[in-house]
Amino acid sequence: MADVIKKATRESYGEALAELGDKYENLYVLDADLAAATKTGIFKKKFPDRFFDCGIAEANMMGVAAGMATTGKIPFASTFAMFASGRAFEIVRNSIGYPHLNVKIGATHAGISVGEDGATHQCNEDIALMRTIPGMTIINPADDVETKAAVEAAILHNGPVYMRFGRLAVPVFNDKSTYKFELGKGIQLRSGKDVTIIATGLMVAEAIEAGKALAEQGIEADVINIHTIKPIDSELIVKSAAKTGLVVTVEEHSIIGGLGSAVSEVLCEKQPTKVIRIGVNDVFGHSGPAVQLLKEFGLSAENIIGTVKAAVAAK
Amino acid sequence: MDATIKKQLEITACKVRLGILEGVFNAKSGHPGGSLSIADLLTYLYFCRMNVYPNSPDEPQRDRLVLSKGHTAPALYSVLAEKGFFDKSELKNLRHIGALLQGHPCISIPGVDMSSGSLGQGISAACGMALSAKISSDTYKVYTILGDGEIQEGQVWEAAMFAAHYQLDNLVAIVDNNGLQIDGRVKDVMSPYPIKEKFEAFGWHAIEIEAHDFDNLEKAFNEAECISSQPVVIIQKSIKGKGVSFMEDNVSWHGAAPNAEQYEQAVAELNARLKELEG
Repeated sequence: MADVIKKATRESYGEALAELGDKYENLYVLDADLAAATKTGIFKKKFPDRFFDCGIAEANMMGVAAGMATTGKIPFASTFAMFASGRAFEIVRNSIGYPHLNVKIGATHAGISVGEDGATHQCNEDIALMRTIPGMTIINPADDVETKAAVEAAILHNGPVYMRFGRLAVPVFNDKSTYKFELGKGIQLRSGKDVTIIATGLMVAEAIEAGKALAEQGIEADVINIHTIKPIDSELIVKSAAKTGLVVTVEEHSIIGGLGSAVSEVLCEKQPTKVIRIGVNDVFGHSGPAVQLLKEFGLSAENIIGTVKAAVAAK
Repeated sequence: MDATIKKQLEITACKVRLGILEGVFNAKSGHPGGSLSIADLLTYLYFCRMNVYPNSPDEPQRDRLVLSKGHTAPALYSVLAEKGFFDKSELKNLRHIGALLQGHPCISIPGVDMSSGSLGQGISAACGMALSAKISSDTYKVYTILGDGEIQEGQVWEAAMFAAHYQLDNLVAIVDNNGLQIDGRVKDVMSPYPIKEKFEAFGWHAIEIEAHDFDNLEKAFNEAECISSQPVVIIQKSIKGKGVSFMEDNVSWHGAAPNAEQYEQAVAELNARLKELEG
């Protein structure tokens, strides 16, 4: 694994905007004084006339994006996940969601892996909040390749999209030459009969690692990457749950309202199955290096392996 | 302003007021006070100032209006109906199940440029439209109407900063300074005064006028037209409930519908005024 390239999905997001800026002349980028951190600065450098800093005023930025979208432009509004989904929630709901405007929200620094900045900036609630807005599409890509494909898919989709990116550099495991992104479709990464592991975002790499290790120990897992949390791929989830009879969800987000909840909602109505949710357990985070925090909060291959083994043994 | 044009505007504004009351009365709810205080302003904008196309409401080069004080939708709907964006018979269905006309402005209604109603948000959308026009060198204008209570919302000042920073001289905001909000007099609830100086400090060109006078409106919007590199705010000192004697400057008519007897009286007053004008 020594030669695996690592890159933060926020970096991939900034690069994607800059790359796609040539192809999509209608693409504009707004930021709230965080261009250096959200990496929209990469776009700004290439297209200074199509980048607008809104200052530290996220509520207004979302409204400005909405207004621009009414005139046919495709604005990407970027800031940290905490401010995009939290502070600006009601503007996203009423000025973007209700009129179903073609605004793309690029939310970086999601989850506990923000690290040293601590609890105020570690947003573990954004998926839950955004899921409640009718018509909102939510994408949580897992690596560089997926992020770049997702950004283009968001441009091609007519309607509001919330995209979630991380600060921490993570392995690039998808192969650009063969990868295909389909909005609303999960990706089966491994097949097995004993358990279904459904992961999203930065946790997909951990789930892949766990799947391999479990196989060596005689447990065959279905490993599924759900990059689009809304609309969710019910068909794939139901099919896998029917086969394995046991589901473990893994997300760098609160266990309340995110992937675990979305999967549970699907299964309790269509294919009642035991679901174990791995995520942030209804607690605030704290400061520390990202990798250590992920381990501490159980967001690791190690914890997935332990959880799956215990659950399979109890089957 | 030409006397004939002025008289015609006064007649139209009177009809707009009748439409407001028809909507609110039949809905048994809604916000008549703040709707009546902007009836003249909206009549002036839609019949004298704005390039709009009732038969092609989404025409890309149209002027735009965002009713940031969205609860006064009955006034906007009444003007749009008067202008021919949709049939006047829709007004009596305001707020009813299945109706075209929602309680607050909704972008799917012909002639409505932006959904609004949660206070403080409309001005940001108006900024986005004005910025878009600048980017594309389009010449359309963007208007947004705010309440004087509404400017207590912090987002309004984020937007005010933005508009001045990007020199949105194609944007005109109008603050409807009727002095009343739900809990009482604006100055007693949470004073936004001085309004003019606040906007000026944020880099806007500010104009104060007495409302309900088409000459004043014409003068103010002509002045706004001449301002470059700065957004313009027109603060119109208005009377809440204007045109219906018992509703004027009375806070209890912020968000209450008249009963049958009150409705009859209001309609009688407005019809008398109409007769006088048309006479």
